[in-house]
Amino acid sequence: MPLTEIRVAGFGGQGVILSAIVLGKACSIYEGKFATMTQNFGPEARGGACSAQLMLSDTPVLYPYVTQPDIMVVMSQEAYVKFASELKEDGTLIIERDLVRVTDLPKQTKIYSVPATRIAEELGKRMVLNIVMVGFFTAVTQLLEADAVRKAVADSVPASFRELNLKAFDRGYEYGVSALAAGPETPDLEQNAAVSQELV
Amino acid sequence: MKADPRGVLTGTHFMDGDHACCEGALAAGARFAAGYPITPSTEVVERFAQRVPTVGGCFIQMEDELAASITLQGGVWGGAKAFTVTSGPGFSLMMEHIGYAAMTETPCVFVDVQRGGPSTGLPTLPAQGDMMQARWGSHGDYEIIALCPNSPQECFDLTIKAFNLAEEFRVPVMFMMDEVVGHMTEKVVIPPADEIEVTPRKHTHKSVEDYLPYGTNGDMVPEMAHAGEGYKFHVTGLTHDERGYPNMTPKMQQKLVTRLQNKILSATDRISMFEEEGTADADVVVVSYGITSRVAQRAIEMARADGLKVGKLRLITAWPFPENKIRQLAAHIKAFVVPELNLGQMVREVERAAAGKAQTFLVPHAGGSVHHPEEILAFIQEAVR
Repeated sequence: MPLTEIRVAGFGGQGVILSAIVLGKACSIYEGKFATMTQNFGPEARGGACSAQLMLSDTPVLYPYVTQPDIMVVMSQEAYVKFASELKEDGTLIIERDLVRVTDLPKQTKIYSVPATRIAEELGKRMVLNIVMVGFFTAVTQLLEADAVRKAVADSVPASFRELNLKAFDRGYEYGVSALAAGPETPDLEQNAAVSQELV
Repeated sequence: MKADPRGVLTGTHFMDGDHACCEGALAAGARFAAGYPITPSTEVVERFAQRVPTVGGCFIQMEDELAASITLQGGVWGGAKAFTVTSGPGFSLMMEHIGYAAMTETPCVFVDVQRGGPSTGLPTLPAQGDMMQARWGSHGDYEIIALCPNSPQECFDLTIKAFNLAEEFRVPVMFMMDEVVGHMTEKVVIPPADEIEVTPRKHTHKSVEDYLPYGTNGDMVPEMAHAGEGYKFHVTGLTHDERGYPNMTPKMQQKLVTRLQNKILSATDRISMFEEEGTADADVVVVSYGITSRVAQRAIEMARADGLKVGKLRLITAWPFPENKIRQLAAHIKAFVVPELNLGQMVREVERAAAGKAQTFLVPHAGGSVHHPEEILAFIQEAVR
């Protein structure tokens, strides 16, 4: 894998940082490659837009910060507004379908969406939405081995929630396999622009 | 001797630098810390406070940094391996007691996770602005040792090294992290306890009658006895004789302070750790340390791709400064390029050691982020000309 820059963003409490930790762990520990994760520290980490930067690579990561992300995972409209413009033109945007409306992005951007919160609620706990996103990410990007990410999920969560989180991973992954087969989505930018205000 | 397995979290972890530093301290045998938590170093003692009671130690949150930096020394004289953790503003407040540790030859570690300064500066953002303060911050003549990790793995490995050097030389060791290294998360491999070498306290083997608290046996580092063990015990920041009693004569001052300096300076080549690569036929050598060394590495690779002959010297120990190494390189290269997250600190040492034989270029940065590799590359290109 060439150096891949990823930003994961959402609001505080969605498990943004944990999802980046799981992906970094899968890459560096279970696949034996290299990963560096940094998180934004500051007042905005409390409640508002929260983001993690993740660098994955076959060789040691030197520069630890995202300059222009290849992939962006966005779980809130506020995070979308704050970060979406930095995504590479032909980059991949992965969004929480019910919480994010894509309003203005270049045509080349590959967009995939998943109703992660709804799926998590179906499983009984909204808090596992981040692991649904992780499963979806794994299937859509094909950067990491599903098995490696699954192992990283298992050892990053408390034992009593392991089974639930693995289910969340599997559901997200299955959803991602279908989404990838269907191809990138084309959002209705005009309609989204009208609705997006309500989400911020 | 080998590490106490109770303190060693053997395994492969995805861990940030602050936590790795804490695990390094535990593996090294630290069983006491006194601190006044401050961003971006808080996670070190947060974890230590949680972990250390399970291995028979304790953490005390003090009322301020002055208290923290002297309480840890009380812990050392009581027999523990001890440290404190801070950042710029707290490091400034600790200076008096760093001098005290140097004067009383108290083996201990001061972790400074550097952030932007001066004063309150940038609490959550990186800098490398405390490098001269680490060396010169307290008054009078003394020497310390300072290490600069550039990854969470090194935060673990070098924290152990810091404790070992503190014990070997009976000196306060400055562990100069920065916000980026402290807060970045990467793979950290913690080996089994029986693969970790730790240096035990240089405890005296003499009888109570024969022991002199500051008597040396030719190797410049006195043997230690702890409070309450029955040995004569007198610890003072005043100029003192071999018994530890105040002796404020020019003669005693000359003898004591010279020894405190020379026990470190005479061992510089043995203490010095650096990473050197591609310097043999280099025109330019980039000298860097801490997080900046990783950005510098990217710049070096870009320069080499353009056909430039660029070498790398990464300082792992900043103090004592490896001036022999700089002198040797200066004899056959055109220039040094020194990127730092400050407006020129270690570059002065490079310039001094190069003594005009090679040019020196500072790549300054006031802090708050790291350099862009292109900024360093531009200086390399200029230096080659």
